[in-house]
Amino acid sequence: MYKIAVMGDMDSVMGFKALGLETCPVETPEQGHEALQRMAKENYAIVYMTEQLAARLQADIARYKDSLTPAIILIPGKEGSLGIGMANVKNAVERAVGADIL
Amino acid sequence: MPSATINPTRQELNRLKNRLRTSIRGHKLLKDKRDELMKQFMDVVRENRELRRRVEEGLMRAHGSFTVAAALMSPEMLEQSLLYPKQSVELEMTFQNIMSVDVPRYHFHTNSQDPGEIYPYGFAQTSGELDDAVDAMSQVFQDMLRLAEVEKTSQLLAEEIEKTRRRVNALEYVKIPQMQESIKYITMKLDENERANTIRLMKVKDMILQEALEAKREETARAIETFGENGPELA
Repeated sequence: MYKIAVMGDMDSVMGFKALGLETCPVETPEQGHEALQRMAKENYAIVYMTEQLAARLQADIARYKDSLTPAIILIPGKEGSLGIGMANVKNAVERAVGADIL
Repeated sequence: MPSATINPTRQELNRLKNRLRTSIRGHKLLKDKRDELMKQFMDVVRENRELRRRVEEGLMRAHGSFTVAAALMSPEMLEQSLLYPKQSVELEMTFQNIMSVDVPRYHFHTNSQDPGEIYPYGFAQTSGELDDAVDAMSQVFQDMLRLAEVEKTSQLLAEEIEKTRRRVNALEYVKIPQMQESIKYITMKLDENERANTIRLMKVKDMILQEALEAKREETARAIETFGENGPELA
């Protein structure tokens, strides 16, 4: 039995509560850091994180990039997309192929 | 350049030849693995981009409706409406093996099948925009789960491809040429030793022959000397 969490600022994550997902409102990067560590220890399979928060938690996200759980997936927050999610896809291609071929 | 520490012996040569054979075989296998991984990866990445675009669009729509709802309702009301969800999601995770990379597959089920159940509030005191927002989110949720699956898969595959690519290159451009060079060096050295040995034997043989010849000559000379003087007397 695995869990799904949504991290980000209060306004962005509130809506996910209606879907039955666990929400974790985070205001500061330190809080995010702690919450993420806790989630990695418990069995969270997916953590959705707003790009706004992810931009300030780069190091923590990089740590879980190559591990199976948790999968940290960036979603746009309510201020809109910063393009980090797409950039990550591009990075994955560059990492694998050596050049961006798409 | 062969390293300074290799011994030019037949045993070492055999060992190196075996290693080279294994390396070439390993190189071929790894190359095949890399190509297949790459093929899978390209499919996954295309899907990833497509899904991400859809999810981002869907979420932006949901956030838009949400903002309007937040403007129409008091923050306390809004929070109260969403505080206790009716719906809950259970997630199962299994693993799929793509070319020896374990990637996650998610299966989720919600505890109620009725689509109307996603609204955890009464309609009397909430704005219609909130319904829209929740509805848009529940629609995009399927894609979000698939996105999680695909994105994690692409990250894990990318890591494995990077590793495999390094291995292939290390074998192809460093290990295999190095071993070939060492084998060549040992073969040359052994051949050289072989020739040196032959020459030495020939030399020794020459010297022995020379000595034997000289001994013979001396003996003949002595014989002639002794018998040469007495010879005519005897005859």
